[in-house]
Amino acid sequence: MNLLVLDRITRRFGGLTAVNNVSFTVAEGQVVGLIGPNGAGKTTVFNLITGNYRPDEGSVILEERFLNGLAPHRIVQLGIARTFQTIRLFQNMSVIENVLAGCHCRMRTGIFGSLLHTPGQRREEREQLNRALAELAFVGLQESGQQLAKNLSYGNQRLLEIARALATSPKLLILDEPAGGMNEQETQQLIALIVRLRARGLTILLIEHDMKLVMKACDRLVVIEYGSKIAEGTPEEIQRDPRVIAAYLGTDNDDSKN
Amino acid sequence: MKVPGSVPVVLFSALILAAPLVLDHYWLDVLNSIGLYTILGLSLNIILGHAGMFNMGHAAFYAIGAYTTAILNTQYGVPVLWTLPLSGLAAALFAVIVARPIIHLRGDYLLIVTIGMVEIVRIALINDVFGITGGANGIFGISRPELFGFKLRQPQHFYYFIWLFVGITVVLFTLLENSRFGRALNYLREDDVAAEGSGINTAAYKLAAFALGAGWAGMAGTIFASKMTIISPESFSFWESVLLFMIVILGGAGNIAGVILGAFLVIGLPEVFRDLSTARMLFYGLAMMFMMIYRTQGILPPQPRVYRLDRVGENP
Repeated sequence: MNLLVLDRITRRFGGLTAVNNVSFTVAEGQVVGLIGPNGAGKTTVFNLITGNYRPDEGSVILEERFLNGLAPHRIVQLGIARTFQTIRLFQNMSVIENVLAGCHCRMRTGIFGSLLHTPGQRREEREQLNRALAELAFVGLQESGQQLAKNLSYGNQRLLEIARALATSPKLLILDEPAGGMNEQETQQLIALIVRLRARGLTILLIEHDMKLVMKACDRLVVIEYGSKIAEGTPEEIQRDPRVIAAYLGTDNDDSKN
Repeated sequence: MKVPGSVPVVLFSALILAAPLVLDHYWLDVLNSIGLYTILGLSLNIILGHAGMFNMGHAAFYAIGAYTTAILNTQYGVPVLWTLPLSGLAAALFAVIVARPIIHLRGDYLLIVTIGMVEIVRIALINDVFGITGGANGIFGISRPELFGFKLRQPQHFYYFIWLFVGITVVLFTLLENSRFGRALNYLREDDVAAEGSGINTAAYKLAAFALGAGWAGMAGTIFASKMTIISPESFSFWESVLLFMIVILGGAGNIAGVILGAFLVIGLPEVFRDLSTARMLFYGLAMMFMMIYRTQGILPPQPRVYRLDRVGENP
């Protein structure tokens, strides 16, 4: 069953068509990779899904529900969580508070409960603190809860972003270059984490330049270039696709990236 | 919940309680002003310190509250204390109306618009817009607050009234800081795109911060009006907004203890150095420049919240 459907979405910035008539689907439980050269429009596609941009044409559908025009926080509530290409943590807040930000949309306490610390508020705080800590442990950062986010290493900051996204209880997790800036060992750990995420029943859509990760972790790949989809298929099919090889890896026989 | 720095809190409370025993009327009145500005500073701290929105028009909300009390009391004979929640509501409502269209503005852009707002309010009051503000002369004859038949007249009466209000404010706002709402405001300040992307309704929280901060300033306006018994537009000038802004930034944006310290420094110090009062602006300017270069987070920056992670799981 398809969890997410992108139906002929187009987005223009002035004269530039950043995303041109792109359609693809993400089936429940799958890990789908969105790849393409720099500037191909991958992050724009993500921003169209998460509501940061509105599509000029076409629609984004999550479980038969149209997401067009919804604010990003509504889309998170409906079950799509994301991480950012350039890390966007709450740098001067503690690691656990960063994860609690994700719990926020699953909490009820309003302004008066917050002012008075009603019994319901305190129970909810305890419950969500447990949940936040569990997500932190899931990505392996349980020892760092009290540290400031900015004091984490780069790789751990990426993991913290994933923990924050997980805390929103998503159905679909969108990762924008999760291995960006990670070393070889951290990338291996990330691949293991993605496997465990999928075992939890999560559907994942990711942008990644690290081909080893993409080939290992993804069930299907969608390739875009200049804002248009040029290929779609299993990693093996994509690796053999001549259009992809030409567009993505270049035509000068430079296969060092692969 | 662990109260941070309990010893200083108890010590400070004891000093405040005992102060009327040793101070004369003049110095009590200075402390009354400091208390009033502490309430205002704490209310601005919600908007500026916690949510990180540069509001330099806070005196407008203060004015709405004071005028609500003055009009209701002198025109309709409503007892002053009854107008306390009404002033808060009026100021909060006003804040929601004016903040709604400007809430998306960032940093200095918001600052400029709020300066415009506070000036418009002042000029509207001078021009007696609805024929109820008394123009440049203001409104006089506001009654004193009456509590169970006891009328607050003397400076020491107001002293305890004001500092009781400060105490309630500190307790409530401390609880607020350590809650979902308080955290949400901090997420906005740190990175509102990431906050929205983590499922937080940023527009609603910005508006809520404005409403709460403004409502509290409105209630401070009630206290001010009943203490002075006469109010005029000049009490709510742009300069008042600057003072409040300075209290929060200088003391420590986002930290209650810092804001209280800020109020003591910004309002109290000029009284201590009265002889140098003509050089006040010079001193303020230098102090602000010094702070902005060497200690942007204020004298007492906020401490990170402490979560008892070791106890998690014991009592889910």
